[in-house]
Amino acid sequence: MKLKTLMLGAVAAAGLAPAAFAERGADGEVKIIYWQAPSILNPYLSSGTKDIESASLVIEPLGRYDPDGALVPYLATEIPTVENGGVSADLTSITWKIKEGLLWSDGTPFTAEDVKFTADYCMDPSGGCAQLAKFDGVGSVDVIDPLTVKVTFKAPTPNPYGPFMGGQSPIIQKAQFEACMGANASSCTEQNFNPIGTGPFKVVEFRPNDVITMEANPNYRDPAKPAFAKLTFKGGGDAEAAARAVMQTGEFDYAWNLQLAPDVIKSIAEGGKGTPVSAFGTLVERIEMNMTDPSPDLPEGERSTVAHPHPFLSDVRVRKALSMAIDRALLVELGYGQAGRPTCNLVPAPANYASDNTDCLAQDIEGAKALLEEAGWTDSDGDGIRDKDGKKMSILYQTSTNAVRQDFQAVIKEWWSEIGVETELRNIDASVYFGGDPGSPDTFQKFYADVEMYAKNFDGTDPQSYLSMYRCGNEPKPSSQWQGENINRFCDPAYDALLDELARTGELSKRGDIAKRLNDMLTKDSYTVVPLVDRGRVSAHAVTLGGVALNTWDSELWNAADWFRIKSN
Amino acid sequence: MTEPVPAGPTPIEALHDEGPAAPPRSQMRDIWDQFTRHKGAMVGAFFLVFITLAVLIGPYIWSVDPQKIDIRNKDMRPIYTMLWDSSAKVSWAKPLGSDQLGRDHLAQLLSGGRASMAVGWVAMVLSLLIGTVVGVMAGFVKRLDGILMRMTDLFLSMPILPLLLVAVTLFRQPLRAAFGPEGGMFILIVAIIGITSWMPTARIVRGDILALKEREFVLAARSIGTKPFRIITRHLLPNVLSPILVSATLGLATAIITESALSFLGVGFPSDFPTWGKMLADAVARMEDFPERVMLPGVAISLTVLSVNYLGDGLRDALDPRARGR
Amino acid sequence: MLTFAIRRLVLAIPTLLFISLAIFMVLQLAPGDPLADQPLTIPPEVRAKMREALGVGQPPLVQYWKWLVQIAWVEPKVLIDWLTRESWLLGWLPDTQLYQGELRVLSWQTRSPVMDIVVQRIPQTLWVVGMAYVVGILIALPIGIYSAYRHYSVFDQAGTFITMIGFSIPPFFTGPLLIVIFSVQLGWFPSIYDTTLVVNDWSSFKTQLQQMVMPVMVLALQTTAQISRYMRASMLDNLNQDYVRTARAKGLSEAVVVGVHVLRNSMIPVVTVIALNVPSIFGGAIITENVFKVNGIGQLLITWLFANDLPGVMTLTFIFAFLIVIFNLIADILYGILDPRIRYD
Repeated sequence: MKLKTLMLGAVAAAGLAPAAFAERGADGEVKIIYWQAPSILNPYLSSGTKDIESASLVIEPLGRYDPDGALVPYLATEIPTVENGGVSADLTSITWKIKEGLLWSDGTPFTAEDVKFTADYCMDPSGGCAQLAKFDGVGSVDVIDPLTVKVTFKAPTPNPYGPFMGGQSPIIQKAQFEACMGANASSCTEQNFNPIGTGPFKVVEFRPNDVITMEANPNYRDPAKPAFAKLTFKGGGDAEAAARAVMQTGEFDYAWNLQLAPDVIKSIAEGGKGTPVSAFGTLVERIEMNMTDPSPDLPEGERSTVAHPHPFLSDVRVRKALSMAIDRALLVELGYGQAGRPTCNLVPAPANYASDNTDCLAQDIEGAKALLEEAGWTDSDGDGIRDKDGKKMSILYQTSTNAVRQDFQAVIKEWWSEIGVETELRNIDASVYFGGDPGSPDTFQKFYADVEMYAKNFDGTDPQSYLSMYRCGNEPKPSSQWQGENINRFCDPAYDALLDELARTGELSKRGDIAKRLNDMLTKDSYTVVPLVDRGRVSAHAVTLGGVALNTWDSELWNAADWFRIKSN
Repeated sequence: MTEPVPAGPTPIEALHDEGPAAPPRSQMRDIWDQFTRHKGAMVGAFFLVFITLAVLIGPYIWSVDPQKIDIRNKDMRPIYTMLWDSSAKVSWAKPLGSDQLGRDHLAQLLSGGRASMAVGWVAMVLSLLIGTVVGVMAGFVKRLDGILMRMTDLFLSMPILPLLLVAVTLFRQPLRAAFGPEGGMFILIVAIIGITSWMPTARIVRGDILALKEREFVLAARSIGTKPFRIITRHLLPNVLSPILVSATLGLATAIITESALSFLGVGFPSDFPTWGKMLADAVARMEDFPERVMLPGVAISLTVLSVNYLGDGLRDALDPRARGR
Repeated sequence: MLTFAIRRLVLAIPTLLFISLAIFMVLQLAPGDPLADQPLTIPPEVRAKMREALGVGQPPLVQYWKWLVQIAWVEPKVLIDWLTRESWLLGWLPDTQLYQGELRVLSWQTRSPVMDIVVQRIPQTLWVVGMAYVVGILIALPIGIYSAYRHYSVFDQAGTFITMIGFSIPPFFTGPLLIVIFSVQLGWFPSIYDTTLVVNDWSSFKTQLQQMVMPVMVLALQTTAQISRYMRASMLDNLNQDYVRTARAKGLSEAVVVGVHVLRNSMIPVVTVIALNVPSIFGGAIITENVFKVNGIGQLLITWLFANDLPGVMTLTFIFAFLIVIFNLIADILYGILDPRIRYD
C-alpha cells in the first residue's frame, strides 16, 4: 500500500516527468534554500518550521500526512484505524505495527523500544519538550513486541494521531539520546545537531543558523532512493533572494515559503530557471476584534481585560460593518495572488470541517454605513468620523512588520475611512509581537489595540484544540501572566457547551458538523474573528527538479526521497 | 610720545601709510565673501534650499494626499517613461507614477522628504552636539577623560536593537500622550538616532583635542590668562571644525537611512507614513520592473547629502584663515 | 607609555564588567521572548515548560552571575585546552585538560556552546568583512591624500561625488542591485555565498574570489567613503600649516613633504576612525551579510537578537565590547606615537 501511494503521489505531482528512478545517488547533488536558517535538528527542542523541515530529511515519524491531508504510513506498516483494529473501539488506545527490517543510518535495527523512548524523551517533565502537546493525554506507551507499540490514552481520544504522526513527532534513536533525557537535553549538542535517523539522508556537517550538508543514507529502506547522493541545505537571507537563487540564477533547486507580493514572484519567475508551486492548508490571515477596552486611560492591569467591555467593538453591528467594508478578493490580488483565496472561515480546511459560509465575500460599503447608522454611530460634528455620546470611532490597528501586512493595513484603513471610521496603524517587530513577554505592551496576547491582524493555523487535520482556544476564561489576563489563547476575549456559554460536545464525539461527520457550527459562531454570527485570506504556501523548485509535491499538512520536504533530476535529453 | 611731531618732511615719509584704502572689513564679511566665491558651496546651497523649499511648500502646491490609495491606478510609470516606451502606463495626474497600491509617488516624495529632512537634520545636530561636547570635555579635562571614554565604549558596544525596544517600551506611551502619535514618534526616533550615533564624533574630536591642546598657541593663550572655556571656544573648536563637518555630512546620510531601518522594527512612523528611506527600502524588491521607485528617493537622499557636503567644504574653506584669500 | 598601557589594561577589567552588566540589564528590560520564533500552535502551558527548561524565569542577577562564571572561567579553560591540544602555536605543550565538563555558555536557540559557533563563523567573517575593510582603507587613503593635495581638481570632485553617493545609498539597496546586475543579468558571480567552500587549490581559490567580490564591493564602498572624507579633511587642515612651508623651503621633495610630514600630522582623526571600525569587522556587517548569505558573525548576532537568545547576544556583545576597549587603547597609544606632544601621565 505504501509503495503504491508513494508512486501515485510522485506520478501525480510530476506527471510530465518520466518516473524512471535509477539507483541511489545517481543524480548527484540537490540544493535547498530556506530563508530562515535551521538552528537545531531536534524537533523536540524547537518547533520552528525551519528546524522541523530540515530534520524531516533525517528522522521520520511512523506516519505522515500527504498533500491532501490523508494519512500515509512511513515507518509503520499501515495507519491504525478502528476499522482495521489498530485503534480500540473505545478510542483509548492505538497500536502501531512497525515495518520489518528497518535500519538506522548507523546500521543498527529500528525497534519499538526507540518509539517508546521517543515518547519518554518528550514527556520528561524537566525537558521542556516543544511537542508536548502532541503527547497530551497519553497515559502510557508500551512495547508489545520489537515491532509493535501501543499508546494508551487517559481518556477516549477521537483523534489518536498526535504521537509519532507528522514531522513534529519523528522517532529518535534510543541508543543515541539515552543520556539526553530531561535537563540534559540542552547539553547534548552532538546529538541535537546530528541525529541518527531512518530518513533518506544523514547529516555530514551541521552549521547552526547557516548550512547543513547531508549525504544519502546508505541504510535507507528503499535501495533505489534517494536519487541524490548529496544534499545542501542553506539557510538565511530573505524570501526575495531565495526566489532569485532558484528561479533567476538557478543556483539552488528548491526555495521554501516565498512570502512575497504576487507581482514580485511573477517578475522573478520570468527568469525561467524555476517554477513557483502553491498549496493550501489551514493558515488564515485574520483580523481579531478586541471585545475589551484597550484604552491607555485605564489603569495598568485593567486594560484589555474582561472588566471593561470595548466602547464600540462590543456591538456586533459595528464588527459586522467593519467586516463588510473589506474587499477580500482585492486583498488576495494585492498580497497573495495564487497563494491566497478569500475566506470567511476560521477553519478553511479539511473539507470535513470547513463551513460553507461565504457571506462576507462581497464588499458592501453602503450596507456597512447603514449598519453603523442603525447602531447609533453618526457623524454629528461633520469631521468625517462617526461618533456617539462624544466618543469618536477611532481604531488602533496593529500587526507584525511584514510588507504585505502593511499594504493590507493601508488598504483596509482606506475602506474604513470610507465608512467613517478613523484608523491609526501600528506595526511591531515580529520577535516582540509574537513573543509572550508579559513586560512588553506590544505582544499580540496583550492586545493593547482595538483590532489586530495576524495569521494562524492548526497542526494536523483536526481542529478541536484550535477551536477550544476561544473558551471563556482562556483569555490572556494579568493573573495568567498574559498567557492564553482566547485573544479576542470572546465568551459564550453556548460555544463552550458545543466544545464539550465535540470532545465527546468520535464520528467524523458529526465532528465536522459541530466544528462548522463553532466556526460560524465565531465568524458570521458574531464577527469576533474576521477572516480575510486563506493563505497557501508558495515555494519554488528548479525546472530540473522532479518529484516535488508541495505539502502543507506535513513537512514540505516529506517526500525528498522521491525527488530526482529531470534529464534534459 | 605726547610731544608734538616736528614739522617738516622726515626720512621715513615714503614708508608712511596713506591710511587704509577701504574701511576695515569685518571677519564675518571675509568669511561670507570667501564662502560665496566657493562654487561647490553655492551649488550645494542652491540644491539644499531647493529641496528644503520643495518639501516644505511642495505638499501645498501638489496637494495630493500621499496616503490616498487608488487601486485602479496602481503601478503607474513616471511621465518621462514615454520617451522610450510609448506603451507605458502613465498619466499626468501621477507625474512620477504610483506604487503598488496606487499612492502618488510625487506626493510621497514631497511629504516623505519633509519627514526625512526633519529627522535627518535634528538627529544629526543632536548627535554632533553630544559628540562634540563629550569629545571636547574628554580631550581637554584630564579628569573626565577616563569616565567619558568608558561611557563611549559602553555606548559603542551596546546592541542597538534591544536598546530601541527598551526605549519604545518605556517612552512610547508617555510621548504619544504628550505630543500625539506622530510628534511623539518623531521625538523618540530623533532621540534614539542621536544617542546611538554620537560616539565616533566624540572619539574623533577627543583625538584632535588631545593633540591641539599641547600646541604652542594654546600654551600662549593659557599664559595670558585665557579662561578654559574661552580657550575651547576660541582656539580649539575652530581647529577641529573640519572633522566635525565631515561627521555632520556622514551623520545626515546615516540618520536618514537609520530612520527607515527603525520603521521596520516598528519603532518608526506608522507604516503608511512615507519617508525617503522607507520608500527606498520598500521598492528594492521591485527595482527591475520599476527602477524609478528606488532611483527617485535614492537620488533625493544623495542630493541632500552631497549638498550638505559641498556646503561643509565651503564653510570649512571660508572659516580657515590660511585657506581664505587663496 | 608602557605604564599607561598597563594601567589602562588593568582598568579595562572593571570597565568590561560594568559594560557587560549594563548590557545584561538592557537585554533583561527589553521586551522579548526566546520562544517568539516558535509557531503559535504551541499551547501556553508547553511554552511555560520550555521557558523553564531554558532558565528564563530565574532572577536576573543569578542569570548574570552564571553567565559571568561561564564566560570568564569555563570558556578560557576550554580555550587553553584547545590551544595545548590542537593548535600549532602551543600544541607542543602537554594537554592541560582543565575543562572537566562544566556547563559552557549555551545558546538558547541552538542549545550548543556559543563559542563553538563563533569560531565556526570567524573564517567567513574575516574573509569578507575583514578583506573589505582592508580594501576600503587601501583605496581610501590615497584618494583622501590626493584629493586634498589637488584640492578642487577633477580628481577631487569626482572622488567626492562618488564617495558621497556611495555613502548615502544604503547596502540594502546596493547589495540587491549588484546581485541583479552581476548574478542575474551577467551571471558572473554567485548570489549566495558558499560558507562550506574549502580553499585548497587554484580553482577553489578562484571560486572563493568570485563569491567575495560583491559583498566586499558593497562593504568597501562604505568604508572608503567614510575614511577618505576624514583623510581629505584632515590633510586640508595641515597642508596650509607653517611647518609645511618650512619643509618645502628646506628643499624637501613634495613626496616627502606630503607623504611624511603632512600625512603623519593628519593621521589622528583617521586612526581614530580606523580603530573605531576594527571591532565592527568582528561585529560583522549585518545587512550585507544577510543580503549575500555570508552568514558571518553579523548574521549570527541579528539572528540571535531576533530570537532573543540572551546567552548568545550577551557573549557576542561582550566580545565586541572587549575589542572596542582594546582598540580604543591602541588608538590612544598610536596618538602618542604620531604626535609625541600628547602625554597621558
